[in-house]
Amino acid sequence: MKRILVGIKRVVDYNVRIRVKPDGSGVVTDGVKMSINPFDEIALEEALRIKERGGAEEVIVATVGPADCQQQLRTALAMGADRALHVQADGVVEPLTAARALLKLIEREQPLLVILGKQAIDDDNGQTGQVLAALWNRPQATYASKIELTAGTARVTREVDAGLETLDVDLPAVITTDLRLNEPRYVKLPDIMKAKKKPLDTLTLSALGVEQRQQLKLVRFEPPPQRQKGVRVKDAAELLEALKKKGLL
Amino acid sequence: MTGRVLIIAEHDGTRLNASTAKCVTCAHGMAGAEITIAVCAVDAAAVAAQAAQLSGVSRVLCVENPANGPALAAVWAPQLLALAAPFTHILGPSTTFGKDLMARIAGLLEAPQVSDIMAIESPTRFRRPIYAGNAILTVESSGEGKVVGTVRTASFEAAAGGGTAPIEKAAVSVELPTHTRFVSVSAAKSDRPDLQTAARVISGGRALGSAEGFKILYSLADKLGAAVGASRAAVDAGYAPNEMQVGQTGKIIAPELYVAVGISGAIQHLTGIKDARTIVAINKDGEAPIFEVADLGLVGDLFQIIPELERLL
Repeated sequence: MKRILVGIKRVVDYNVRIRVKPDGSGVVTDGVKMSINPFDEIALEEALRIKERGGAEEVIVATVGPADCQQQLRTALAMGADRALHVQADGVVEPLTAARALLKLIEREQPLLVILGKQAIDDDNGQTGQVLAALWNRPQATYASKIELTAGTARVTREVDAGLETLDVDLPAVITTDLRLNEPRYVKLPDIMKAKKKPLDTLTLSALGVEQRQQLKLVRFEPPPQRQKGVRVKDAAELLEALKKKGLL
Repeated sequence: MTGRVLIIAEHDGTRLNASTAKCVTCAHGMAGAEITIAVCAVDAAAVAAQAAQLSGVSRVLCVENPANGPALAAVWAPQLLALAAPFTHILGPSTTFGKDLMARIAGLLEAPQVSDIMAIESPTRFRRPIYAGNAILTVESSGEGKVVGTVRTASFEAAAGGGTAPIEKAAVSVELPTHTRFVSVSAAKSDRPDLQTAARVISGGRALGSAEGFKILYSLADKLGAAVGASRAAVDAGYAPNEMQVGQTGKIIAPELYVAVGISGAIQHLTGIKDARTIVAINKDGEAPIFEVADLGLVGDLFQIIPELERLL
């Protein structure tokens, strides 16, 4: 069966104002709205559109994380994923651990395509897709803004610093999504009801044979330095005067 | 522990990107670090000569292969892996080039990667922004094995020139994949300064209203010798191409002067400009969050202010 595997991560919602805990041990997540990482939502949307165009028969959504992640998997099922895989893991899941777990799922499910977000908006690491492609020894096409599938290959347009780059990658491959790939659909109430009946399998890292190693210790979280509030000028002439005074013109 | 650092050069085949010189400065955060720059190319001579001039570099390694024209991570990573053994740290810039490539190298090495390094406190201790710059995290590696890193270029000055590092050819023979093929790159040709290195940047937001509306910014930018950037909203709306996007998921920049025109100042945008020396905000909404970070604020109609600035200059 032609399958697409989509990796998602539960993160603090992008609208939440982030506060660092006073003891520097992390950021405040208690009572804070959690969501699917926005880039992963785009990844899922793209997989669903490929399936709707007949390019795939099944969309599987997977995550690695604590029990609470099942909320986001249910949301993904409500968006239209066919089934969900939850690899349970508490504590810090580094990109290498996530990639190793996803690789085990790939071996089981044999997808023709794996789509992930280009980065998670919590740790901003931006690694899992590339690490997975390396471990899997398959192509990677990061920062995708357009994906066209033909038999055996994907033509991917990538948003790079110079502009737009186009690559052809043989399938199976890993693609990571950028913001302008698509606009994810809204979940409708009947879909939420239907999602409750869709299969959600729970696995563990140890059952997959993946060791949860933490190679980087999180020593300290700090709030960023604040910029001093500046002054208002009244018009263009005053602005230029102020810039000249600062030696900027 | 003395750091033995391999820096992967970013270049276009003929010119070394300024991001590489910033990686060199970052690596110098480790006292006594020994720095090698690797240049992957079809013909590395021109770029290697520029890399050899960077102050504090002890050696330049040329990795030449006919397949090294476009910077394909899947093609470059196995060659760089073959060079990795003697090094403690492998660094590249946190540009789309470096972010794509370095994590693939980290994957091949099964080594930890520190993304967006803003400071190296010791060979095992690094600082980096997370949550779109809303928190700064200090991480520590074990000291065993290698650390891969991407360098947040806005946090570092470019290393000076004047160096005379020896240039060597690296003999790398690994099988290269053919599963990833470069098709094309489309970049708008512009005579304006490069957004990532420009001393002056003028950015526009959705308030510009159209691609046509952006023309008043280009005109002012040309008079100032400035690069032009855009907010995500303006890029999403099609007023400006993606390579102009400044912010968490676009370019992170640190110009001397940043002028935000019609940009409200979402946190994701602010994270891309917080290292700018001076921020100017021009916006008709005096309550816009951009004014919280601006050194100089001007409330008013940008369609009057921008042409007036150009006239008065």
